Amino acid sequence: MNVQFELNGRLVQTEHEPGTTLMELLRSRELYSVKHGCDHGECGACTVLMDSKSVNACLILVHTVSGRKIETLESFSDHKTMHHIQDNFLHEGAAQCGYCTPGMILAVEALKREGGEIDEPGVRDALNGNLCRCTGYVKPVKAGLSTTKASRDKENAGGDS
Amino acid sequence: MKVIGKDTQRIDGQALVKGNPVFADDIKLNDLLHVKILHSPVAHAKIINIDVSKAQALEGVEVVFTHKDFKPHYYTTAGQGYPEPGPRDMRILDSKVRFVGDRVAFVAAETLEIAEQALGLIKVEYEELPCLFNVEAAMTSDIIIHSNPDKTGLHDATHNVAAHLDAEIGDVDKTLESSEFVFEGTYSTPFVQMASIEPHISLTWLDENNRLVIRTSTQVPFHVRRIVAEVLDIPVGRIRVIKPRLGGGFGGKQEILNEELVAAVTLKTGKPARIEYTRAEELFAARLRHPELVTFRLGFDKDQILTAIDLNILENCGAYGPHALTVMSVTAQKALSMYKAASIRVNGDGVYTNLPIGGAYRGYGAPQAFFPLESLMDEAAETMGIDPIELRLKNVFKVGDDIPIAKILGEGREGFPMVLYSTEIEACLKEGRKLSDWERLRSEPGSGRYRRGIGVAVAGQGSGIPGIDMGAAFIKMNEDASFNLQVGATDLGTGSDTALAQIAAEVLGVSVEKIIVYSSDTDMTPFDTGAYASSTTYISGSAVKKAAENCKTMILEQGRLLLGNQAAEIDGTFVKDEQGQSISFQDICIKSFYTEEQKQIMGTASHMSYDSPPPFNATFAEVEVDTLTGTVRVIKIVSVTDAGQIINPKMAEGQIEGGIPQALGMALSEFMPFDDKGRLLNLDFNSYHIYTARDMPELVVRFANSHEPTGPYGAKAVAEIPINAPAPAVTNAVYNAVGVRIKHLPIRPEELLGAMNRNGAN
Repeated sequence: MNVQFELNGRLVQTEHEPGTTLMELLRSRELYSVKHGCDHGECGACTVLMDSKSVNACLILVHTVSGRKIETLESFSDHKTMHHIQDNFLHEGAAQCGYCTPGMILAVEALKREGGEIDEPGVRDALNGNLCRCTGYVKPVKAGLSTTKASRDKENAGGDS
Repeated sequence: MKVIGKDTQRIDGQALVKGNPVFADDIKLNDLLHVKILHSPVAHAKIINIDVSKAQALEGVEVVFTHKDFKPHYYTTAGQGYPEPGPRDMRILDSKVRFVGDRVAFVAAETLEIAEQALGLIKVEYEELPCLFNVEAAMTSDIIIHSNPDKTGLHDATHNVAAHLDAEIGDVDKTLESSEFVFEGTYSTPFVQMASIEPHISLTWLDENNRLVIRTSTQVPFHVRRIVAEVLDIPVGRIRVIKPRLGGGFGGKQEILNEELVAAVTLKTGKPARIEYTRAEELFAARLRHPELVTFRLGFDKDQILTAIDLNILENCGAYGPHALTVMSVTAQKALSMYKAASIRVNGDGVYTNLPIGGAYRGYGAPQAFFPLESLMDEAAETMGIDPIELRLKNVFKVGDDIPIAKILGEGREGFPMVLYSTEIEACLKEGRKLSDWERLRSEPGSGRYRRGIGVAVAGQGSGIPGIDMGAAFIKMNEDASFNLQVGATDLGTGSDTALAQIAAEVLGVSVEKIIVYSSDTDMTPFDTGAYASSTTYISGSAVKKAAENCKTMILEQGRLLLGNQAAEIDGTFVKDEQGQSISFQDICIKSFYTEEQKQIMGTASHMSYDSPPPFNATFAEVEVDTLTGTVRVIKIVSVTDAGQIINPKMAEGQIEGGIPQALGMALSEFMPFDDKGRLLNLDFNSYHIYTARDMPELVVRFANSHEPTGPYGAKAVAEIPINAPAPAVTNAVYNAVGVRIKHLPIRPEELLGAMNRNGAN
């Protein structure tokens, strides 16, 4: 089978076996921020953005992403810069082992893109699909909350990282 | 102090938040073989026949292994020091299976799908044997789970007793007889799973010199090297174990779980091999917390001072005995290191059953100790008419006290004398009392459907295994006064690499950015027993401190030589003398490399300790019980910890914040039910429910720091202590709310509701 879609800002064409999941495809392309944790859409470690919504890549068959826009965490930073959500996770100490962190950052980004006021229950809802066994979610929630404030400030100042 | 006690950013933090490829599986290997295990579908059986011909013939299958491919050799999968304190009762593959999930065979194939397909083509004929699922029954049954006489270290195979423990100080029976009050209670703690989000994953290949490289998600790289060498009968020197970043371990990765399988595949085929557990395999075929049935008897005099503690433990080991003896020992050690009593006694049996295997899980045996102990203390306080906090304050060990259990009960042998040099448990209790609004919540009578209550519990842990755990460090200087710190210590996601860098930076008087840490690679770093028993900050941290001091001494010596003045001293990052001559660290290193008195400035050190100072914790839980449904919701947890001098406050907080929901899971949400054939029913995160962001109560985390004279800069451990007290704090709060004492975890709403109805609380 082959499918065309946008991956991290570039149009890609892929040949794959039927039944291949998006998680398998992305990891085979060495996009390793997409983690494997459960295969059942329960842990959120494989979270990616599909048309700006956070989804579990292990539940999505590649042939269904035709024409869609997929983003992984790799597109959020390069060797010089980081996205402000990454910065906030770093400063709050929200990454402990760091395995669930890419998924959490994308979940917060998806929440931000939805627009509207972001409060603690909202951040907890956004992170509810991302299981973390290390942090008790305290610092990720803090990072999520400071992210929304920081991003508003930055956007008001006319820039984003 | 410039660096210790400050919030240094994680040295691996940027890589983690960027999602960089830092974990074991984030690597591409050519010609990779995928390994899958055929697990036993039955709980107890002999393998009469096993036919792999069809599997072997499947295109893409490279090799199939059964017990016939390995000579009988018994070992333990417990990643512990040598000689291991537990029984050697396991083969890489055996002709008998002992639980649903036991290994029957394993397959290596070109793709995961082919490997899975091949498993279905293996024909196994089982002769099923009667099963033992109950610990008490197992001790009196004719059924013997481990009968082979070649196995060693089993306490009493004919009664299925893997390990036994007994010790007494004073005369417990006599003391209890003459005590004013005696309280007795039997409690049980369940199977729970570590549930690190990264499953067990191991990759192996042969390097250009035909040496075996094992890249694995482990807490114990040096034990992996030793045990794989032993099991596959190859020299230790032919193996290199690399531990990259770890996606959580919590004790589950203190186990040689799969490394020997992929290693066998690579040695046989010459090709790289990979194994990764599915979430279901994590739950039924990895390791679990040992369930324990614990009976305490507590004696008090008329002044509510403890006179005697009598402790009986029945530990369910599951089908094999890794950690069987030591988990039970820790239950006893920690229970008997909290409160002072003249007479103490412990009697324990670790018993085999045809259930999944117990292992190491954060807290080790301590959560199994503190749930019963702290529940019974609560009951005692009520009966004796004293505030539960006051009762604890009266009886806890104080600074200068001898803790006698430490000497008679060590790591599978006699221990070492122990004096308590530091404790702020009183401050923990007093601070927690204030922060939790104890007085008000305790006295508010509940009414209506939702009833609130508050409970308290205290706990201790250790800092490394005394007389056994050893860590070593090597530090070398570079021209820009940066330093490479190489440690065997294993950062399992806690941030210990950062804490160790902080210790080195503090000694050397440089910023943390100047310390480049490389850890846990058996070729490149010195030895360390590994990340378990809350040892890294205390043991490995002391090794780093000593190595850095040695390095600093060499900087000073070189500086004096270069200045030509033996009276010069270190001042910041310079060596200066009274005549006003000075030379910077950079110049000392540059000259030492290239022009004068040439040598490498470096330091090495090892550290082992006969002390294992306990960190302490007081936890206050506020709960709400729905009297219509029997469900318990935790509203707020106040957790105050004495972990000695904190190295990195944010990371230490993170340890406490993460330990609490694991404990709440054991109390409330993590269920491991088995059917009557011994099959685990909850095989995914949907049914095995670990705390989510929305489940979390409000957490108030504080520290009441003591200064531990034997620790690096006064530090004690912090990793395991938070997991011990929340469960009894919750059940004590439930009692406060509705008057029902929970004696068996997890709390089942239907049982709570039944008990409330019987009590007339509803």
